[in-house]
Amino acid sequence: MLEALQSETMRYAVYAGLLASIACGIIGAYVVVNRIVFISGGISHASFGGIGLGYLAGFSPVLGAMIFTLASALGIGIITRRTRLPADTAIGVMWAVGMALGIIFIDLSPGYAPDLLVYLFGNILLVPFSDIILMIILDAVIVTTVVVLYKEFLALSFDEEFGTVAGIPVERLYLLLLCMIALTVVLLIRVVGIILVIALLTIPATIARQFTYDLRKMMLLSIAVGAVLSFGGLWLSYEFDLASGATIILLSGVALILTLGISRLRRSKTRVLHTAMSEAE
Amino acid sequence: MTTADIVKLEDVWVHYNGATALEDIDLSIEQNDFLGIIGPNGGGKTTLLKVILGLVAPSQGTITVLGKPPQSSRNKIGYVPQYNLFDRDFPISVWDAALMGRCGRTGLLKRYKAEDKRATRDALETVGMLEHRDRQMGKLSGGEQQRVLIARALVAEPKILLLDEPTASVDSTMQTEFYEILERLKQRMAIVLVSHDISAVSVHVDKIACLNRQLYHHGSPHIEAEVLEATYKCPVQMIAHGTVPHRVLKEH
Repeated sequence: MLEALQSETMRYAVYAGLLASIACGIIGAYVVVNRIVFISGGISHASFGGIGLGYLAGFSPVLGAMIFTLASALGIGIITRRTRLPADTAIGVMWAVGMALGIIFIDLSPGYAPDLLVYLFGNILLVPFSDIILMIILDAVIVTTVVVLYKEFLALSFDEEFGTVAGIPVERLYLLLLCMIALTVVLLIRVVGIILVIALLTIPATIARQFTYDLRKMMLLSIAVGAVLSFGGLWLSYEFDLASGATIILLSGVALILTLGISRLRRSKTRVLHTAMSEAE
Repeated sequence: MTTADIVKLEDVWVHYNGATALEDIDLSIEQNDFLGIIGPNGGGKTTLLKVILGLVAPSQGTITVLGKPPQSSRNKIGYVPQYNLFDRDFPISVWDAALMGRCGRTGLLKRYKAEDKRATRDALETVGMLEHRDRQMGKLSGGEQQRVLIARALVAEPKILLLDEPTASVDSTMQTEFYEILERLKQRMAIVLVSHDISAVSVHVDKIACLNRQLYHHGSPHIEAEVLEATYKCPVQMIAHGTVPHRVLKEH
């Protein structure tokens, strides 16, 4: 692994993992506490339409993905807030229609679509330098937005009705939050692929949540957890020659189960302690 | 309209999906009023609060809050929703939850200032929760959570405080303490409290309104049995202004 790190490919893979963890940690925390995991799933799958369009029209599939994730984020957001269509219906429709569009666009594209599997399942070892730059820009946009609007996003997440009464523009903020998810999805596509994105948006944040009840600390901890998991997954995939995206997700899943077990144990220990103390009294 | 009117509803009707939620409501709330709105569940109590907050627009009639449409007066309204509507696992401390009350006033893109923190400290002090400032909201008892939500409403220095079923998750010993807090607050603002718990409300408030789609009574908390029966559509034991126990009975 150490000698592998000397190579440019490996270095870019590590950078990509770190940059992905920043967006995942911050936006994943909002996704988890707002319980909008499946909105995120819908947005990421809809991006396939944009990837297909990129192939067909001859522009970057990542740019296509960005257009489609932003459009589906705004679409799901506006439909769920302004119409009486249930959220899960809107999500399901966007999810499948986006995928279907992608398949048709790729069918229509002349010749063979290279890298298609990379977009579906990710490959952290194939992240080009241009994508590292794009990831830095997207991270900067996400971090700035969240720093500037932290108190508004907190109010929106905790108690939207109170936010309205307090005079903050909750609908616009909600749509902006969904757009941040859309950008995060774009940032993650190269690392784990559109199918596995929701795991990276939820697992590090859920692990972090067990150790803190402060949203800010939850974000920072979740960035650290994401970095460790993506680095660990990268190492395992290198050692055992496995698909990197899937290895990162599986390692994350194992880590989640372990931490859930640990916090369960901790809780029952404190309960035993409390009982012992009250008996002693 | 006299200047003392904080809230004035005239001929207000609200329809939800074809059903009538509120029918011909005339109500005025004056400065330093302590009004209890009672009525059966589904009788439109929460809808009435939402009309005052400007969250629900009446299909007919007019509503003014401090002489203006409710949306323009929101920064003068303190709102205490039912806590059981929240996610108990939400990662937020008592301090951050209370500070949130200053969110709209501080302004978009701006950070909280020293005066926001001072107001939050004062409000938590008022409700007796300052020493719990670092605890997680979800780990508090129902009564403690309710007090933090009151603090959150108070930090915006409102002229009127609206509380929706505030005692629903509060045990009876805590209830007395809770009403003592309101008793102190009513010197500073008008208070409107919505509840289906007739007994507790009628003991503490100065005025009472009975609501079941229509407003059946509005005035002193001494209510005649017939009015309550009309509100609840069933026989009700006499309400006494004191500590006599009483309850709503089903017709046999």
